[in-house]
Amino acid sequence: MALRVLLYVLLVLAVAPLVFPFLWMASSALKPPAEIFSYPPRLIPQHVAWENLSEVFRLQPFARQIWNSVYIAAAVTALTCALSLLSGYAFARLRFPGRNLLFFLLLSALMLPAEVTLIPLFKMLRLANLVDTHVPLIILPVFGATGVMATFLIRQFFQSLPPEVEEAAQLDGLGRLGIIWHIAMPLARPMLGAVAIIAFLASWNSYLEPLVFLNRVELFTVPVAITAYTDATGHPLWNVQMAATAISTLPVLLAYVLARRQITDSLAHANSR
Amino acid sequence: MRETLTAYLLISPQMLGFLVVVLIPLITVLVLSFTDSNLLAPDARSVGLDNYQTMVSEDPAFWRSVVTTGIFSAGLVVINVVMSLFLALVLHRKLRGAQLFLALAFLPVVTSQAAWAVVWRFLLQGEGGTVNSLLSVFSISGPNWLFEAKPALAAVTVVAALKTVGLKAVIFLAALRSIPKEAVEAARLDGASEWQVQRRVILPLLAPTTLVVVIITLIGSFQVFDYIMLMTNGGPSHATTVLAFAIYQQGFELMRTGYASALAVVLFVITLGLVAVQWWARKKWVHSE
Repeated sequence: MALRVLLYVLLVLAVAPLVFPFLWMASSALKPPAEIFSYPPRLIPQHVAWENLSEVFRLQPFARQIWNSVYIAAAVTALTCALSLLSGYAFARLRFPGRNLLFFLLLSALMLPAEVTLIPLFKMLRLANLVDTHVPLIILPVFGATGVMATFLIRQFFQSLPPEVEEAAQLDGLGRLGIIWHIAMPLARPMLGAVAIIAFLASWNSYLEPLVFLNRVELFTVPVAITAYTDATGHPLWNVQMAATAISTLPVLLAYVLARRQITDSLAHANSR
Repeated sequence: MRETLTAYLLISPQMLGFLVVVLIPLITVLVLSFTDSNLLAPDARSVGLDNYQTMVSEDPAFWRSVVTTGIFSAGLVVINVVMSLFLALVLHRKLRGAQLFLALAFLPVVTSQAAWAVVWRFLLQGEGGTVNSLLSVFSISGPNWLFEAKPALAAVTVVAALKTVGLKAVIFLAALRSIPKEAVEAARLDGASEWQVQRRVILPLLAPTTLVVVIITLIGSFQVFDYIMLMTNGGPSHATTVLAFAIYQQGFELMRTGYASALAVVLFVITLGLVAVQWWARKKWVHSE
């Protein structure tokens, strides 16, 4: 009994710093500036400042920025699923010279800190006139670490699956692409779901690449936008910044509540390879 | 023959993209590191090993960033692994509400690093900041966290460590579930106390998972950027400038892309070394089992 109580106390202490920031973010998002640093701190605002939310959309084209994030993440997700299905299937099922070497080479992208290749990438993309466009934010994750992780997961999935079904389809005269489209893709649905979650979150949450590649405010994605609510001296407008951060976090948290199992398993699986 | 052709066709989109986005930049960064390349100047000249020489013998900021990276990464791994291991061990005991605690611990995992950093920066404001207000309830007067050298480094380390505790706890929990019940039962029958069971039976069985988690966390910690950029901007006076952030600063703020490339090569070599250690350790583990 005493042990039980002690464990609960320790649990609450451990989880508190993981939950408290969300509560405080939500509360500060609705506080007027005067209350932001009031002492003693209050979780419930005395005056609810709904206008913080409209300020978020007035000071920056935030709706546009959300749209940028949404369509970029959607593109990254779709392309990652498509490419990783093709190459993951090939690496798992087909025999060809250089198979292990090429796969091994791909895996190296998983170990590579993004900062290492960022300077040459910037120079290359500047030469191609692609700086200050959304193209880098789509191709970098699709062909970089996120895409490689996806291929790794899809390959592993097919390796754990007996090939009999596909062989039967082959005897029925279905070609390779037909097999991938009609047999492999439906079979791999659960793993493609995991890949989609990983790809979408990676894109939605990325900060370094949009910071480096984007200049125009209307092209910003959400993670960069939420940091840009400042006054004329560059000092953060805390309540507006918290409101923007809360708005940006809400959809992801909502998705997490709705698909907790799926999201937890996908991320844990991808990170424990 | 046909199979080979089909295979190459299927993997070609990803391999070509990989070539352009990973392989060529990786080779280019090595080449750039031997030049005086600058973002503002059109042409770069070869300068041999000058950048590396400057780095090692003339730039005190380099050694400082290496030390800072070491402190940051070690601190992050220890806090992250100890907390997640603790959570997993406790939640594995089928406590009431375990699922809720786990779900709450997972909230920061799905949140963006930028949002996590922005909120913590707000909480850690010196005067009137929430953390300090809470500390003052216990009559502790907290430092101006992000503007004093040691507190700033401690703050970014802890904030970065907290972000993925939930994820690592889930990974540890999966490992705990795969431990055969017989091993634990046998120890209990032999009269081992609860503490002994945890220490002598469960923890050793978790060792391989722990190794994997430590290595993944360590490699991940080398590419920390968002927290540093958004919470301290590398300061105060470079106290939180880790190697990865120094690359960004040199390359994109000071435009010294040649020198930044040399720093990038160093970061790459360190990461490579760690990956080699990981392989060696995994191999050793598999053989000894």
